[in-house]
Amino acid sequence: MAVFKEKLHLYWQLIKSLQTGLLLATGLAGYMSARCPVTHWTTLLGLSCSLFLSISGSTVLNMWFDRDIDARMPRTCRRPLPAGTVSPTEALLLGLALAAAGVGWALALDWLYGLVVFAGLFFDVVVYTIWLKRRTPWSIVWGGIAGGMPILAGRALGAGAIDWISALLALAILFWIPTHIMTFSMRYFKDYQSAGVPTFPAVYGFQVTRLVITLSSLAAALCIGLALVSIGMAWGYLRLLAVLSAGLLLIAATSLARPSERVNLGLFKYASLYMLSSMLLLIVDAL
Amino acid sequence: MRKLTAPDRFLLLGAGLLAAYQVAVGIDGWHALPLASFTMAFGVLLLAGLLLLILGFEILESRLVVIASTAIPLSLSLGLISAFLPAYQPAYLVFVILGFSAVVFTRLFTPRKVAALTLFVIHGVAGLIICFLPFWLIATGRASASFALVGLGGALIGIGRLLLSFFAGRSVLSRGTIQALLPGLLFLTTAAFVTGFVLF
Repeated sequence: MAVFKEKLHLYWQLIKSLQTGLLLATGLAGYMSARCPVTHWTTLLGLSCSLFLSISGSTVLNMWFDRDIDARMPRTCRRPLPAGTVSPTEALLLGLALAAAGVGWALALDWLYGLVVFAGLFFDVVVYTIWLKRRTPWSIVWGGIAGGMPILAGRALGAGAIDWISALLALAILFWIPTHIMTFSMRYFKDYQSAGVPTFPAVYGFQVTRLVITLSSLAAALCIGLALVSIGMAWGYLRLLAVLSAGLLLIAATSLARPSERVNLGLFKYASLYMLSSMLLLIVDAL
Repeated sequence: MRKLTAPDRFLLLGAGLLAAYQVAVGIDGWHALPLASFTMAFGVLLLAGLLLLILGFEILESRLVVIASTAIPLSLSLGLISAFLPAYQPAYLVFVILGFSAVVFTRLFTPRKVAALTLFVIHGVAGLIICFLPFWLIATGRASASFALVGLGGALIGIGRLLLSFFAGRSVLSRGTIQALLPGLLFLTTAAFVTGFVLF
């Protein structure tokens, strides 16, 4: 039993639970946004489990592929793979099993939904992690597209098709991803440098990166606002979203005008809170 | 600089959630200008709670804090005037626009004493309206007794303003004491405003 608990603890670290949880929340919000009858608990359960499995699988496969990078960075060198507490073969098998189970369950639930889930996995693992992450800082665009897939998949399952609102929601995530990742790559600039990963701050400088963050935050806020207006969200929730968006833009602009490590970290934290709050508003509004 | 403690975080989160409730649900039914004003007031309260929670007390060093903390009483008082004394709305709207511009201008471009005096006058007028208008409305039978909580919130926000001015200059209270008081004060202020409006 103790061995099982230890394994579970190590595997839990491999799936980056907070990031997986946030992406899962976007998928659930996408599904609920279609105003589908959420009392179909079997569908909701299937969506939650299949998304959780495929996102977890994708994250474990990223960890497996990037274990050499993780070993060179102080922030990540204590993760299970570089620390040697989980073997690469074990991680690869776990990642493949989780991903196959997730995509398989998704396809069984609905072919379109399954296809989008598979696309997310493909973009994240193959295009972003294996192909582009070590070659160009623009890999972030593909990371963003992969990040937008759970919400696209959720809405496709709820609405039965990919409509323009799905595209707006996915775009909102795509534009939000740079705020999330670039603030992080500025905070751990030296780590990424020593690992040889090309990042925006390393290639274009910090100030250009801050400008990109501000513009992408603005684009994310506009896309999510437009999507939620189009969905017909209650006026009160839209007011709340406007306030939260103003906060995001205020911190992004402050980071551009008066840059500091604290503001950068604050923007990273606030951006996560902003996305989670927006998704919760979508869910609450649909109930 | 003092670090945020667990109770501080709890109080700030509580203030943020109460303000979020008020923005989303609690101010439905008002006309356009009061609605916009109350959204601004509770929105700034929400962001104040969240930003303190995320960035810690160091954010109090920023000059933007003074400007943002002025937006709360100005917008709340404008909302009250628009909702209950509409005849005075145009004149007060002009006062709010000019007053806010004066606070921003003096804070950024004039000596400290001029900025402090401007802030004292503008904040004072708005604070007096928030404090006493609810009691006048209760006395004239236009609001229930519980609306006095909005007046109490007005008094509390005045104390908050005083603490922030102490924070910026010399005072009998240490920075540590002010930082220890602020999260609780922000929570009580927000709770008083929200409860007052809900029971209105």
